[in-house]
Amino acid sequence: MNYEAVIGLEVHVQLKTASKMFTRVAAGYGAPPNTLTDPVVLALPGALPVLNKEALDKIIKAGLMLGCTIAPVCKWDRKNYFYPDSPKNYQISQYDQPICLAGSVEIELPGEARNIMGEHKQIPLTRIHLEEDVGKLTHEVHDSLVDYNRAGTPLMEIVSEPAMHSAEEAFAFLTSLRMTMVQGGISDCDMEKGQLRCDANISIRPIGQTQLGVKVELKNLNSISYVRDGIALEIRRQTAVLTAGGSIVQETRQYDGEAGTSVAMRSKEMAHDYRYFPDPDLLPVQVDAAWRATIQATIPELPYARQRRFITQYQLPYTITAVLVPERALADFFEEVVRLCAHPQAVANWLVNDLRRELAAGGIALAVSKLRPAHIAALVNLVEQGEISMTAAKEVFNDMFQTGEAPAVIVMQKNLKQSTDSGALEHWVQAAIVANPKAVAEFLAGKEQAINAVKGAVMKASQGKANPRLVDELVRRQLLAGKS
Amino acid sequence: MNSSAEINIEYVARLARLALTATEQAKLSQQLGDILHYVDKLKQVEVAGIEPMAHGLPVFNVWAADVVVAGLSVEEALRNAPEQRADSIVVPKVVE
Amino acid sequence: MLAAKSISASELMQAFVARTTAVEGRVHAFNSRDEVGALGLAAASDARRAAGQARGPLDGIPIGFKDVIAVEGQPLTASSKMLANFISPYDATVTTKLKAAGAIPWGRLNLDEFAMGSSTENSAFGATANPWDLTRVPGGSSGGSAAAVAAGEMPVALGSDTGGSIRQPAAFCGLVGLKPTYGLVSRYGLAAFASSLDQIGTLTRTVGDAAQLLQVVAGHDSRDSTSLSTVIPDYSAALQKKSRPWRIGVPKEFFGPGLDAEIGAAVQQALAFYRSAGAEIREVSLPLTAEYAIAVYYLIATAEASSNLARYDGIRYGHRTRVATGAISIYAQSRAEGFGEEVKRRIILGTHVLSSGYYDAYYLRAQKVRTLIRGEFMRVFQDCDVMLSPTTPTAAFKLGEKSSDPLAMYLNDIYTIGVNLAGLPGISLPCGFTAGGLPIGLQIIGQPFGEAEMLTIAHTYEQGHSWHTKYPNL
Repeated sequence: MNYEAVIGLEVHVQLKTASKMFTRVAAGYGAPPNTLTDPVVLALPGALPVLNKEALDKIIKAGLMLGCTIAPVCKWDRKNYFYPDSPKNYQISQYDQPICLAGSVEIELPGEARNIMGEHKQIPLTRIHLEEDVGKLTHEVHDSLVDYNRAGTPLMEIVSEPAMHSAEEAFAFLTSLRMTMVQGGISDCDMEKGQLRCDANISIRPIGQTQLGVKVELKNLNSISYVRDGIALEIRRQTAVLTAGGSIVQETRQYDGEAGTSVAMRSKEMAHDYRYFPDPDLLPVQVDAAWRATIQATIPELPYARQRRFITQYQLPYTITAVLVPERALADFFEEVVRLCAHPQAVANWLVNDLRRELAAGGIALAVSKLRPAHIAALVNLVEQGEISMTAAKEVFNDMFQTGEAPAVIVMQKNLKQSTDSGALEHWVQAAIVANPKAVAEFLAGKEQAINAVKGAVMKASQGKANPRLVDELVRRQLLAGKS
Repeated sequence: MNSSAEINIEYVARLARLALTATEQAKLSQQLGDILHYVDKLKQVEVAGIEPMAHGLPVFNVWAADVVVAGLSVEEALRNAPEQRADSIVVPKVVE
Repeated sequence: MLAAKSISASELMQAFVARTTAVEGRVHAFNSRDEVGALGLAAASDARRAAGQARGPLDGIPIGFKDVIAVEGQPLTASSKMLANFISPYDATVTTKLKAAGAIPWGRLNLDEFAMGSSTENSAFGATANPWDLTRVPGGSSGGSAAAVAAGEMPVALGSDTGGSIRQPAAFCGLVGLKPTYGLVSRYGLAAFASSLDQIGTLTRTVGDAAQLLQVVAGHDSRDSTSLSTVIPDYSAALQKKSRPWRIGVPKEFFGPGLDAEIGAAVQQALAFYRSAGAEIREVSLPLTAEYAIAVYYLIATAEASSNLARYDGIRYGHRTRVATGAISIYAQSRAEGFGEEVKRRIILGTHVLSSGYYDAYYLRAQKVRTLIRGEFMRVFQDCDVMLSPTTPTAAFKLGEKSSDPLAMYLNDIYTIGVNLAGLPGISLPCGFTAGGLPIGLQIIGQPFGEAEMLTIAHTYEQGHSWHTKYPNL
């Protein structure tokens, strides 16, 4: 029998704020243990939560970017459970009135080939809500250590509908979501720092059946490739169980990415009974049209929409856009350059190949590079106007990347300007024709490439400064004139 | 609400993380049974269409700007800790 | 008195230290106190006054803190074994304000553990006695605060009121007990019992003292989301104002069976006083409050408490068991050892009413009835400026008299609980004594943020009577 997988993801994304969700002590990663606490974080007697406005702005932005409905009123609930990483022994969350509802994430599946765009589809979302992160437990030999630095960090939970059917789709979902959140400035989504975490609910069913199978929750998918590999493994495991005549047990499994295995987690003593109730310490939030509009105005173009526009507006090849668009800073830079220079393909090539290579080699972020959009625009214009050759342009690029000097200055200092003096050229052309009778004869006999030997001789005589287009024109004119 | 005067003390005590002796359980069952019987009178009140009052006053949108304020030092944070090591709180080994 | 320089802050502090030393063994109002620190602050206050930099009327005045309000560097026990060794690393907002006003934190005062109770018998550190009769309770949960002021160990104290926990002990101890409107005084630094009901308030000898103290602690606090931005009037100045003839509502249900006859008579005399002072007395009705407030209160308060007290687990602070070592058993055992009987009872009840399958029937329904109760109060206030009633159905009862019957104890809060459910201000002031010499309390219930008018009406009564000048023989 053939089975179809049904996958839903629960993604936790830490919001990029200066302070925590419910108190103004600093939020951050990598500080020494328990240095980012205050009475609220530690749940000392008498401490009270106060919402972080920036976290609200950011989740509304995330919701608007993903096409969610922003609830006119949302509220805060306590989720009660005991665990050492949860200082209050309840987590402030949003239970039945989350701030964002519905919406979707656009994903791109792998294409037939690397240079062909794959299929796009929308994966619907159930909801997005805001809550607080917990502390970090480190397990030692005999006991565990708790660090509350992470506790209280604003955490957004994005819940998808069970609408994905392969590990590739889940991978694409997370890739797209991360790209969108990073480009929106909502989170850095660094999975190594725990800023993006993912759990998957996976079931399989015979193809054609509408009823869902028994679902297994897969945890510890702490890198994007683990998400793909872990889910693929779980689908294979469930398929093997059913194929062998067994049945799936509803359980939570822990994925071990290094070993490429998963194990069932110890079943809980009893089903969770979180006793949700509205947090009396926090008042509900009303989001009106004006607030939504303020946030809407800050939203950048979504990555896939931008990619489609780059392809149509600038006639860029898919492969170039696939490199350009996921890096918002690079794509923004590109658009700044093309505002100054009408050769988008040439500009894109410089950015995707040369600029990215140099940035990577130097370990430099684009934002702090000396190279500004005007540099690239000027360089491309020099090439397109025939002022410098491509070889010279590469030299100019490397110089201006290092020094931030304007290309025109470098060209002048290094005397890289192409020669367009037709008097000298005429002379070199004559000399080259005389020196290459064999090539001339072959060309006149109809062998097109033979002209290259003559042109090469001219370029050599000019020490590479002759404008190739002009050389071509003059050589042809003289050869054809001699023929007639 | 017919069976609402009953209370599963063992289940609730486990949820509340309270170890109760058999004597305590028996006593609480009886006392809380009485109280639950008393509060059952609320079912006489017509509440259809009434909004629940979760807060003392109907106010919305109370928040603070995202500006960092200094917190506690590690020493202050751990001052009341029953057990600590390496600037962290020590707890019995937790297995999820 | 201090401003007139008839006595120095140091002399005043020394006098309260001496008085406390003399009577505390019989009253047991304090959980802890720092005499050296208090005397040091008094000396600093004298230095300010000498330099002409006194910070106002509270500069140099000792103030007691119910042992649930945080003062940096001082214990905060909530009268619980759970927090027996806890030292607060921070100040409550009211503490910050009082310190800024030059007041001297003078002692941590006993209460029913985590403010759960009406007698101060539910304290891990022993019961507090009523200074008017040491065999009787001072009321609760702010019993230590009330007893300390009544016994002359301090001039004023802070308490907290969730269902009557300031007004009832004020009534039992012959004091003025003020519970402000929900949201007027910051709760930041008050160990929470029931967050939607708790308010910090004052226990004083006079209405004037209550007004002065409220002036300092009231006002918006950015650390408490439920504290309201509202203009704070000059309460002391308001006391002197002659306003229009008051319309005083008298809820008939608060004078029914169960009300002690002596108390009923004392309150009727107070009504006669107001009538003779030109007030219009109107009978009003609060049927839902009378019938359902206690049930609503015990569902909402215990539900919130079950969650608020989850943080007391012996992990980051507080009592940790030496018996259990497992990750789950350490919680259950630490909490079993750290909490007293009443606290456990309420945690269990609150957990139950929030648990799966019961939420709608109990908690949600209670919240809806709470809406109706607030509506009932607000409708009455359309035709009344304040309401007036007894504070308690009986005077102070004997130690141990009700501690075996929780429900009977809960029913004692019948007149005070509705005020918390509706978020209103309330004040209790002395209006007489029983034949046995026990104080009787008169409750005035104000409109939301109507403290000024409520205090003025209370002050008018106080000016016409001398109950507040009586001291217990200790």
